[in-house]
Amino acid sequence: MNFELTKDEDRLVVEVNGQLVVNNRQEFKQLVLEEVEQGARLVVVDFTKSAYIDSSGLGALVSLGKRIREAGGELRLAALNEDLRTLFELTRLDSLFPVFATREDALAAR
Amino acid sequence: MTAPRHDWTIASDVEQIAPIVEAVAELCAAAGFSSRLCRLNVPVALTEAMANAIMRGNSNDPSRAVHVMAMLETEGLLLEITDEGPGFDLGGVHYTPEDADWLEREDGRGVFLMRKLMDQVESCCASDACGHTIRLRLRRA
Repeated sequence: MNFELTKDEDRLVVEVNGQLVVNNRQEFKQLVLEEVEQGARLVVVDFTKSAYIDSSGLGALVSLGKRIREAGGELRLAALNEDLRTLFELTRLDSLFPVFATREDALAAR
Repeated sequence: MTAPRHDWTIASDVEQIAPIVEAVAELCAAAGFSSRLCRLNVPVALTEAMANAIMRGNSNDPSRAVHVMAMLETEGLLLEITDEGPGFDLGGVHYTPEDADWLEREDGRGVFLMRKLMDQVESCCASDACGHTIRLRLRRA
């Protein structure tokens, strides 16, 4: 499975198992949107097991972030390695999402 | 002596991207490219180019092929990704973070990433004989 979901009331953690890229970004979006429709409002994407992301994956995050904000929630990112941070910084999408060192930090932050 | 050359031909299916990306990354690692280039620059840029070829060049038509060529030259890596589509003017693609809608767009960052991660990105216009080719070059580091 590419994505592991952990739910706790209105909080959702999505762990990316591998890379968030062109062939799985639709699945990723669908999974998260279904949970947002079920009431998830704080969504943390955990990249602990992920090495890189492509423009499709970045686009999926941009789209989801917007939908989650419209629902009154927030999308946060956790555990970006150096390469992922490089990609987010290159594309300046690090300014769009709060980034945390761990999923626990992301869940705990106000 | 001719530089080693590797060729793959796949149907237009995004599921076919990952194995080729992995193979090219392994070739680069074996050729002594830095670990960062092998795990970041090459995988992301090649994924972008192949995805564009499949989805835009070949319109996701599984009957259309994408050809990938990788050559390890003295100076570095040469990649050519060829689709069967009409091609597009790469020079006309200018999306950058300076664009007003950059943070809102879901798409449009692929060429930008290729240009940032590769030393050279160029395209060959389509012809009936050769389709459309994106050429990527990366110097050894």
